[in-house]
Amino acid sequence: MALEVQIEKKLPDFALEVSFRAEAEPLSILGASGAGKTMLLRCIAGLDRPDRGKIKLNDRVFFDSESHLNIPARQRRVGLLFQNYALFPHRTVAENIGFGLEGLPRDERSKRVSAIIERTHLPGLESRYSRTLSGGEQQRVALARALAIEPEALLLDEPLSALDTHLRSQMEIQLQETFAVYRRPTLLVTHNMEEAYRLGARLLVLSRGKVAASGAKERIFQRPPSVEVARLTGCKNISRARAISDHSVEALDWGCALRLTQPTTQSTSQSTAQPAGFVGIRAHHIEFVEANGASSEENVFPCWLVQSSETPFRVTLFLTMQQHSSQSPQPGAAQLQAEVYKEKWRRFHDKPLPWHVRLPSDSLFWMKE
Amino acid sequence: MDWSPFWISLATSVTATVITLFLGLAAAAWREGRKGAGMALVDGIFILPLVLPPTVVGFLLLLLFGRNGPLRKLLLEFGATIVFSWPATVIAATVVAFPLMYLTARAALEQVEPSLLQAARTLGASEWRVFREVALPLAWPGVLAGTILSFARALGEFGATLMLAGNIPGRTETIPIAIYFAVEANEMTQAFTWCLIDIGISLVLLAGLYYWTHLQSPERLRWARR
Repeated sequence: MALEVQIEKKLPDFALEVSFRAEAEPLSILGASGAGKTMLLRCIAGLDRPDRGKIKLNDRVFFDSESHLNIPARQRRVGLLFQNYALFPHRTVAENIGFGLEGLPRDERSKRVSAIIERTHLPGLESRYSRTLSGGEQQRVALARALAIEPEALLLDEPLSALDTHLRSQMEIQLQETFAVYRRPTLLVTHNMEEAYRLGARLLVLSRGKVAASGAKERIFQRPPSVEVARLTGCKNISRARAISDHSVEALDWGCALRLTQPTTQSTSQSTAQPAGFVGIRAHHIEFVEANGASSEENVFPCWLVQSSETPFRVTLFLTMQQHSSQSPQPGAAQLQAEVYKEKWRRFHDKPLPWHVRLPSDSLFWMKE
Repeated sequence: MDWSPFWISLATSVTATVITLFLGLAAAAWREGRKGAGMALVDGIFILPLVLPPTVVGFLLLLLFGRNGPLRKLLLEFGATIVFSWPATVIAATVVAFPLMYLTARAALEQVEPSLLQAARTLGASEWRVFREVALPLAWPGVLAGTILSFARALGEFGATLMLAGNIPGRTETIPIAIYFAVEANEMTQAFTWCLIDIGISLVLLAGLYYWTHLQSPERLRWARR
């Protein structure tokens, strides 16, 4: 079972040009807002028409520009969960869920509806109207309604973005339960990288209508292939860089030489080294070390605090690696963002500057131009 | 007192409103989601009877259905003449009421959240079912307001009716026409009575309109489900 998509569609600001194959497992589609994610889902569901290309689910062709084939949405049997849930306000929960089962005999239909209500933890809400439901309940009803028609693929458009933090983690668990049972091609669109990582087995990064990365999520997060993907996956520290050797680079924005575990030549298909590129490290990978002559250690540098910003459990430290004159550095001068737990921060926050950071060579990654 | 104008007015307005409801809804549903320069012309034609003086509408209808009119010949095949008969009052009232129904129905249908219609499609519903079970129930308060407005307009129709249907007591004499000819004949009491009756009907209609638009929530509008 697989969903094969290869489409082009002109959008106001850019062209959507996407090609991928989704197996019978959840695939997260990560992208900034306006990257074309929703349009992609709408094309697959049959609500919008691509300019060119082909969409195929299992052995059914939904769309093929060459043979002018465009199966209408109602015949595709693809479940689409709308971002705003799109529940029918004039129908009860049970009637919403049963909407797609009109063709079935009455008792068969109500049997199916109550089975799904049971499965999605909605008993007791059958005769309620969507307006009286909480956000999480509405989301569950919308999911139940999409699943009721036993769709051959499931498309979820930002399923958690309208929920508050507490509900979000609850719904994530329920989505994971659903995915475990459903086992058909499932696309999950999100702009939240953590959601994308937790819910998808694989990952596809979309940037201005193009596939910027796709594959195993662990690999994409560990070694983003480009600056765009690094940013979308939440990397805060990126510096222009020049390769010195296979395992060392000069970080131009940070003004230092770094050793890398990842070879700078490996990611290109050609064996010739590409000297120019970028080097990056995630904020929580930056380590703080004692100062005793540490500067000679690998990838350890003195740094000065520019600014800090606290969340309940963690602190983000904005650091600069160049010593400034006596006046305190301007906020814009920060080059690195480090993220540490508060417990750790309390141990060194009143120590005199400069502090020393280590950029571990196996956490640094190299990106081509 | 001869009550025939009351019954003629009522029968004419009810018939014209029912016809307008279906025609206006069909036109609005057809027009929904269509774009292009041609659509401006279509809108213009549909809305024209609202802005034209009723006498112009009546004159045009007379050309259509009159002695040498194209529609008269067609109707004669079926042995029917329209001009100066009761159906003429219905035609005149329908034509002038149609724009009101069309405009309000379109506004109401445009208000329906598009994702609801799209959700219905992904759930396998045909376009007819999408319209009947999702769009129409949700647009119903607006459609109903349009119906009441159309009824009021049909009830008050004077100019076009007089030109197409004339004033034949007991057959085409509606309340507005009865008032006009009562004043003509200096029968002021008669005219005043009909005015009071007209005001009464209008107040009832307005009260009904208020009730429907303010007290109805989409959840109670469940008639269209089966």
